[in-house]
Amino acid sequence: MERIPILKMGRCLLVSIQVDMDDRTAMTLQDDLTAQIVKHHARGVLIDISSLDVVDSFIGRMLANTAAMARILDADTVVVGMQPSVAITLVELGLSLKGVRSALDVERGMELLRKIANDQAEKADPDADQEE
Amino acid sequence: MQIKKSETLSVRSSAEVVGVRQAVRKWAIEVGFSLVEQTKVVTAASELARNMIDYGGGGAMRMEALDDGLRRGLRLHFEDQGPGIPDIPAALRDGFTTGGGMGLGLGGAKRLSNEFEIRTAPGEGTHITITRWKGVS
Repeated sequence: MERIPILKMGRCLLVSIQVDMDDRTAMTLQDDLTAQIVKHHARGVLIDISSLDVVDSFIGRMLANTAAMARILDADTVVVGMQPSVAITLVELGLSLKGVRSALDVERGMELLRKIANDQAEKADPDADQEE
Repeated sequence: MQIKKSETLSVRSSAEVVGVRQAVRKWAIEVGFSLVEQTKVVTAASELARNMIDYGGGGAMRMEALDDGLRRGLRLHFEDQGPGIPDIPAALRDGFTTGGGMGLGLGGAKRLSNEFEIRTAPGEGTHITITRWKGVS
């Protein structure tokens, strides 16, 4: 069975799904991601789906569940690069991916994760010096 | 109505669902579907193929490339010998599931198709036919 590689960059985990996943591969990715979040104390997860030309209800559910599990483990998830035809089809299918943050590309996704991390740091320590 | 060509694929494992998606994509491109039309029919096929595995004990998909002189299209038949669907309106309702899914498969596949037909009876399996025509939204 294929396994989707997970890259660690600072406190973020990066995944780029480049293959048409079967359901078992998708479930394995979900399990691997949650394990890696805990192992690396990750605060952010970025999932690039720009190579996926189909997202059906199973993959959609995997993305939503991963985001929900990550949230419980104190990490934020951003899904990036969804193709327009996939977005149109997902909504017609009835899947709105509520609770999943999205960005147009990897760059904007990383920016969003950084912003979320900064906002949280600020909330935790409102008097801290802003050095950015 | 002329059936230009037809092919049958076995649908018994999640790897074969991937095969269904790839075969439907290939035919959808040959028929001349737009990218959105391709994505819709491939997604519908993926839902129905998975349903056959989850609820029908696996089955087969028959693809037909259609040409009725005016329009070109793709018709997909999903046939299993499973327990059948006792209550079709309930099964078509979003959120209804007897398995572990989200209950979007059947209703979603119907919305993504131009024509949708279901023939089923308890103990007699399920035969679902979807059709998508090029240029029909």
